[in-house]
Amino acid sequence: MIGRHRHLIGLEPLSREEIVGVLQLAISMKEVLRRPIKKVPTLRGKAVVNLFFEASTRTRTSFETAAKILSADALNWTSASSSVTKGETLVDTARNIEAMHPDVLVIRHPAGGAPQLVADHVSCAVVSAGDGAHEHPSQGLLDLYTLAEHFSGVRGKAVGEKGAAPNFGSIAGKTIAIVGDVSHSRVARSDLHGFTKLGARVRVCGPPTMIPQGMETLGATVHYQLREAVEGADAVVMLRIQHERIGDPLIPGTREYSKFWGLNEKKAAEWLTPGCVILHPGPVNRGVELAPEVADGARSVILDQVENGVAIRMAILYLLAGGAQGAHTSAAEGAARS
Amino acid sequence: MNGETIFIEGGRVIDPASGTDGVRTVVLRDGRIAEVAERWERPRDVRAIDARGRWVVPGLVDLHVHLREPGQEYKETVETGARAAVAGGFTAVCAMPNTSPVNDNASVTELMLARAAAAGLARVYPVGCISRGLKGEELAEYGELKSAGCVALSDDGKPVTSSALMRRALEYARAFELPVTVHEEDLGLVGKGVMNEGPTATRLGLKGIPTASEEVMVLRDIALAELTGGRLHVAHLSSAGSVRAVRDAKRRGLRVSAEATPHHLTLTDEDVARSRYDTSFKMNPPLRSAADVRAVREGLADGTIDCIATDHAPHSAVEKDLEFEAAANGIVGLETAFAVCLALVREGALSETRLVEAFTIAAARAFGLPGGTLARGAPADVAILDPGLTWRCDPGRFRSKGRNSPWKDALLVGRCTHTLVGGRLVHELDRGEP
Ligand SMILES: [Zn+2]
Repeated sequence: MIGRHRHLIGLEPLSREEIVGVLQLAISMKEVLRRPIKKVPTLRGKAVVNLFFEASTRTRTSFETAAKILSADALNWTSASSSVTKGETLVDTARNIEAMHPDVLVIRHPAGGAPQLVADHVSCAVVSAGDGAHEHPSQGLLDLYTLAEHFSGVRGKAVGEKGAAPNFGSIAGKTIAIVGDVSHSRVARSDLHGFTKLGARVRVCGPPTMIPQGMETLGATVHYQLREAVEGADAVVMLRIQHERIGDPLIPGTREYSKFWGLNEKKAAEWLTPGCVILHPGPVNRGVELAPEVADGARSVILDQVENGVAIRMAILYLLAGGAQGAHTSAAEGAARS
Repeated sequence: MNGETIFIEGGRVIDPASGTDGVRTVVLRDGRIAEVAERWERPRDVRAIDARGRWVVPGLVDLHVHLREPGQEYKETVETGARAAVAGGFTAVCAMPNTSPVNDNASVTELMLARAAAAGLARVYPVGCISRGLKGEELAEYGELKSAGCVALSDDGKPVTSSALMRRALEYARAFELPVTVHEEDLGLVGKGVMNEGPTATRLGLKGIPTASEEVMVLRDIALAELTGGRLHVAHLSSAGSVRAVRDAKRRGLRVSAEATPHHLTLTDEDVARSRYDTSFKMNPPLRSAADVRAVREGLADGTIDCIATDHAPHSAVEKDLEFEAAANGIVGLETAFAVCLALVREGALSETRLVEAFTIAAARAFGLPGGTLARGAPADVAILDPGLTWRCDPGRFRSKGRNSPWKDALLVGRCTHTLVGGRLVHELDRGEP
């Protein structure tokens, strides 16, 4: 359970406390991850099924790694297509998988709401690994964790070292810009919910064709000029531009996009405050939304995101696989001790 | 029609067409309304229905239903659809032509009418295609369709994309005095949209359908109605902009009418989020914003929107138990329409008289159908409605084969207890049912 929730469908339904609960547990998980022998018996005998309807080696590998470190059995079920083109419906597939008695079903699907539909039809816990343009909750959580590490100055410190634990209260009051194709981005939505619930101010930015209606009602300010969005920001999340959006027709082309909404070294040096870090959910389109020097530069925390992603997913699987009996802290200690 | 005489006694007769509102006795004889009077002596052996505490109204008329026969009988048949109709108080329904094969010729029209006659329940008025094969390319044979029994023309389910074809349809239909009823959407603007464009679609990560996709087509067709003098009826109008456009067209004296559905009058796009992607909240046009719902209600109250039509669209679990974006559009509505719309009266959005009018005479007039009134000599099509009856909506008990209702498990107030068509009792609510 994550607080009151049996499933993790998105960050929107979670309270601040529920989010911080997962983040706190991830501190212990990250410590396990950094050990020479990365294996704890915490979820021995538990089964995690990764059900992916979209190719995503990164996310799937991250969940798989998280499951293996916790000693759960991880099984991958990949399907190239959704109900529309296949004879079998999503509900059928979910029921088939349920017959194998998994404890957690991790699902990635191109349709918004698909994990909810599955959760309505199975008895195991369901974790969304991204659904359409809806949410990507584990990404939102790992971005929060990464930001908190940076804002509380513990980046680079050895985990377990005194004072090395991130303070999640440090996100409150910070200004974070999310730049790119917000309309098609599940990462943007999960980030927006997570950042605002932890007290940050959020700016969204991109070409007007990529900013969906209602951003203000979700607590963000809307900007069409990159400079206006990133100046004075404490962190910038650069979203991936998907090539199929070009000629959608949301933007005329990548060259113009990169010129007006991409971040290169010159713009970063002129517009960003010295402490501002850059996040990206990956994989980066080098030279489109981010120039290579920026993606690999000192401000980039992209690799921290990848590492923290495993810790966050360990925490999620731990909480939802039914391993947790009692408070988060004792559960975390259990994981850390073993 | 049989020759039995029936007295409906003690009910409150609401018949907007004749301006009647009060306790009356209604006498039905030889399939017609014989008498509506404050007191009428009932001969000893004549059958009586006690309607005390209830409304006695003209049988409801629905200009927009999908009965799925021929071709998709697993979803609905003319018989099950007609059974659902009379259970909801409807005595006449207009059956849309997007069956399989489509209703663009006399043989399909005749088949629907034969099935309806065999069922012997609600009157079924077929609507023929605007374009042959529902393809949007050439005119269907309106003369043949009218002769076979069609009362209107529609390519419902699809817009008429070609402005030139729409112009000719409005013109050509004049020869046969057939209204052209239009499903308005600009498919380019709709794109891959699956719900109303707005903050809720953004939150849910679902592609949006802007209200402008409906409004540009309503405005186009009003211009074409003006050009041609044709008789335009706007189906399932859903947006504030469409209400303004129709209001303006009527003010200018054009021959334009419009309908709104119970769901567009009472539900909003936020219900899609509240229900967590329940596909019983997916239909076309989609549920709109609260501001649109307010405008549609005002349009219905002031007569801009003539009538209420259900767009009853049964689907099976095969089409609905899917990802939201993959699920079929449409919900069933015949058995819940009265209760759902009666809530508008309780909320002060509509008077009782206007509600009954929008369900009866206003609908009949829009398509030039008989009925819709309890005037002496009119067809003895009558609904007896209990405005205080509270019931739990259980789609498992629907007469329709469709279970796709957004009011599943809702507590509804108001229900039809008796329906008479041509003086024959074709529906009586089971005592144990509510
Ligand atoms: Zn339609």
